[in-house]
Amino acid sequence: MTAQPPGAAPVNATVRVRLPGALRAHADGKPCMDLPVDGPVPLAALLDELDRRAPALARKIRDEQGRLRRYVNVYVDGVDVREHGEPAAAPVRPGAEVLVLPSVAGG
Amino acid sequence: MTDHLLAIGTRKGLFLARSRDAARWEPTDLLHPMNAVYAVAVDDRVDPPRLLVAATSEHWGPTVLVSDDLGATWQEPDRAVLAFPADAGASVERIWQLCPSPAEPGLVWAGTQPSALWRSDDGGASFELVRALWDHPHREHWGAGFGGQAIHTILPHPTDPQRIVVAMSTGGVYRSDDGGASWEPANRGVSAYFLPDPQPEYGQCVHKVARDSSDPERLYLQNHHGVYRSDDGATSWLSIADGLPVDFGFGVASSPVRGDEAFTAPVVADGKRVPPDETCRVYRTTDAGRSWLPLDKGLPQEPYFGIVLRDALTTARISDDATGVYFGTRTGDVFASPDDGESWTTVAEHLPDVLCVRAAVFG
Repeated sequence: MTAQPPGAAPVNATVRVRLPGALRAHADGKPCMDLPVDGPVPLAALLDELDRRAPALARKIRDEQGRLRRYVNVYVDGVDVREHGEPAAAPVRPGAEVLVLPSVAGG
Repeated sequence: MTDHLLAIGTRKGLFLARSRDAARWEPTDLLHPMNAVYAVAVDDRVDPPRLLVAATSEHWGPTVLVSDDLGATWQEPDRAVLAFPADAGASVERIWQLCPSPAEPGLVWAGTQPSALWRSDDGGASFELVRALWDHPHREHWGAGFGGQAIHTILPHPTDPQRIVVAMSTGGVYRSDDGGASWEPANRGVSAYFLPDPQPEYGQCVHKVARDSSDPERLYLQNHHGVYRSDDGATSWLSIADGLPVDFGFGVASSPVRGDEAFTAPVVADGKRVPPDETCRVYRTTDAGRSWLPLDKGLPQEPYFGIVLRDALTTARISDDATGVYFGTRTGDVFASPDDGESWTTVAEHLPDVLCVRAAVFG
């Protein structure tokens, strides 16, 4: 956690990752995971932390090169990370909510 | 009592069918739903036998699931079983083949899309990329068939672990005689009619290759138009399509019991992908492709449109004089023969389209 200047509001040093039902088995059945962050981080760093804690979950969200899987959508505070151009660099602030959703695809 | 197990990989998951007599089959419910199962292997070198299943979720990516109790329970490692190293820059899109090596206990090969060969020395728990083939200078020229660019066929030599043959669409057959340290194309005589040079060194769209059970130098090849045999370990190929109604198809399988015996499931043509005469048939040769016999006793007699994909035709040893033959179709029907294709029984109907079948006989 980063040092806070005197008088500054306390930083909520976690990010809540909300999971779709299909992935909750890899999170002990829970609908979300709270991950600690040390200040604002790029999405890649958050997913690195997820990989350390739940590798079976993390590898279903991104492939071995760190790319988001094609039919997985990730939203940070409601914004699709692909709108940032490079999803891995999408900024995630402490207290943010990250939503993982499978895209509507398939037949 | 003999137990027969048939693993049926479909576009929407896995089914296991069991039989005591190879005549009446009981399929399980759908296993691993929402996963396309392109490859299954039954590793009967270990006791109990191990099932390895390559499952790909369009959402969550590929994985390998393992069962050591014939499908009652499954294990999936936390970490990816197959993962390209960072410098390869590629990601495993799909696992097309899992192949226990007959000559080396513990060794399992895997073939993936994009075209890569993988080696596991721990029975399939983890795989390492075979760099020599991945770094082959031809790789940048390998194309992608409609199904993707993948190594879909792996044929380890039955007694010599140094020798291995692989095949891919589109790239053709490659062979290693040094355990995978180096690779050379092995397509002489195989046509690539869709290229300016129809007899290139590589680039053929090979659909499947099978090895003869009595002569390991003899191979059978179903090409994207063309059926071939090699008698010299893939050095050269000659056509054995005469006697078949057409030369297109995807699968070819050899008898594990009898040499010179192989099976195909023809498809009319590249441009008309239905069975010849709209009939559900398998063709068998017992003379290494010099002649072919249609087999349909017990198969549907009404017009039939489901074709057999490359890994949806397989064989198993039932006894010293009986070959089990099994196939599934894109219309979700699965058939089995306990007698080298002489007669057939229906294993399952109306499943999702069948991508692969693998059989094992225990007891």
